[in-house]
Amino acid sequence: MIFNKTYRNTILILILSLVLSACATKKTSTTTTSSAQMKDDVYVGTDTVKYLADGVPDRVFFATNESILTTAARDTLRKQAAWLRKNSGINVVVEGHADERGTREYNLALGERRANAAKDYLMTYGVSSSRISVISYGKERPVDSGSNPLSWSKNRRSVTVKAN
Amino acid sequence: MKNLKIFFILLFYLFPNKSFSLIEVDITRGNLDPLPIAVSPLFSNEKTKINLKKELDLDDLGLEISKIIDNNLEQSGLFNPLSKDAFLQESDIAHLKPRFEDWSLIKAQALITGKVSFEEEKLRVEFRLWDVLAGREMLALAFTTVPKNWRRVGHIITDKVYERLTGETGYFDTRIIYVSEEGPKTKRIKKLAIMDQDGFNNKYLTLGNELVLTPRFNPTNQMVTYLSYFKNLPRVYLLDIETGIQEVVGDFPGMTFAPRFSPDGKKIIMSFAKDGNSDIYTMDLENRIVQKITNHPSIDTSPSYSPDGKYITFNSDRSGYQQIYVMKNDGKNVKRISFGKGLYGTPVWSPRGDLIAFTKLHKGKFYIGVMRTDGKGERLLTENYYQEAPSWSPNGRVLIFYRETKTDNKGQGFSAKLWSIDLTGYNERLIETETDASDPSWSSLLSN
Repeated sequence: MIFNKTYRNTILILILSLVLSACATKKTSTTTTSSAQMKDDVYVGTDTVKYLADGVPDRVFFATNESILTTAARDTLRKQAAWLRKNSGINVVVEGHADERGTREYNLALGERRANAAKDYLMTYGVSSSRISVISYGKERPVDSGSNPLSWSKNRRSVTVKAN
Repeated sequence: MKNLKIFFILLFYLFPNKSFSLIEVDITRGNLDPLPIAVSPLFSNEKTKINLKKELDLDDLGLEISKIIDNNLEQSGLFNPLSKDAFLQESDIAHLKPRFEDWSLIKAQALITGKVSFEEEKLRVEFRLWDVLAGREMLALAFTTVPKNWRRVGHIITDKVYERLTGETGYFDTRIIYVSEEGPKTKRIKKLAIMDQDGFNNKYLTLGNELVLTPRFNPTNQMVTYLSYFKNLPRVYLLDIETGIQEVVGDFPGMTFAPRFSPDGKKIIMSFAKDGNSDIYTMDLENRIVQKITNHPSIDTSPSYSPDGKYITFNSDRSGYQQIYVMKNDGKNVKRISFGKGLYGTPVWSPRGDLIAFTKLHKGKFYIGVMRTDGKGERLLTENYYQEAPSWSPNGRVLIFYRETKTDNKGQGFSAKLWSIDLTGYNERLIETETDASDPSWSSLLSN
């Protein structure tokens, strides 16, 4: 009996500690990922990023309600511009997107503004405007369906895609 | 509160109002005491029943119509339609001469009776509204129509009853155009759809091959303007509901969006986005002349005319954040009217002209609210995780809008639904749709 009781308690403690440590691990891991993937409201991770060519990311990210290009965004766009200058036969469409936390019509305009911010930068770095068209999807085409700040930050983006 | 009530009753005794009717419904207050009303099944004889069964495959059309009226009255929040199980008097006799004691026994204050007949391929429906307490008829009308319009008959009767008892025009014989949504959040399939105000007679107007958004009726409800991504070119379109013919509005070298008709139906007002800037434009549908209304490097969108066509309300982020503005219809005299905390969008001018409904985002919550046209008297009617895009009922008493749910940790559980709320903010209702739904727009009264 006594053995049984001790045995049961040990198992209980073991289970409890397992559960607790599982919780603890999970908690730390989400906080670190989330903080590592966002800087001042802007997504800096690579989860959703695709590549136009080796080392040329296809998208840049924006802060809430903003269309200002971050340092990281400008860096990415310079890579895109360099790649486009080398591949003069390729035209692109820059797709502008917004997160779900805004009214639909305003977000369409915001997506257009973001896509144009990216387009203007590509033009500054020598890509002819005739090779770049823009389209805004507003909040209609999120990449992440989550309802949290990290998901929203992934969705505030402009994506450069090959048109031909 | 109790004392106040007694006082009002006394007043009525001392100064009975002109119509000498004992019942009236005040729709300006939150209605905590909906008026008990009995809607007796509309009577029809056996021959009519057999003929209508052949025509419409319904066993008892009169009963069905009375249920439409019940549902409309209940949804309005102003009436409490009583259960038909409690009715003591047969519907045919009640229609001739109600035994008022029987109806007051079940606490009915108003009574609707009626009769359905079917002659020469025409459906004839007559109805009467009775004041049970005063023991008299308040209203009697008859309609003749084609049988397939039978649901509209129920709506028109509700409109007449609502009008008689509240003193305001109704909004039941109306339709809603909206966007039907299906599929995962990241790849929604969207179609234009149209239905009666109560969710019946749903019909899809597009197939879902291209993204469509923000449909709005013209004043005669025959045309719809909306945004379509046909061939991946987001442009404002015009659709004739009867013929199904669609055409692009204007020839703009970029995205046009946020369209609405002018109150006379002759123009479409919309935003045109170019080089990262959105301004408001109109296009005359007759001579195709395009006019630029705003000229500002900010985002100007979601324009809506005042009912007299003299003013336009819109939202702009020219102050740094999205706020509501009013200007003259030529773009002059731009004045900001929203000054509360948060962001303001989607202003829509009330058909009565007195209020502007809007969406507000503040501290992570979305609100549907109304303010006077000078921006004063802001009232928030409903708060939620996400909701936007109010559209007015034609009498300016109810707003329809859409609401989206928060997804869980795995990004699941997303839905978009249509809701309505009246101006008091008390009567909030889900409007059932076959699929998920968004971007609702209310028609004007069909029968006017």
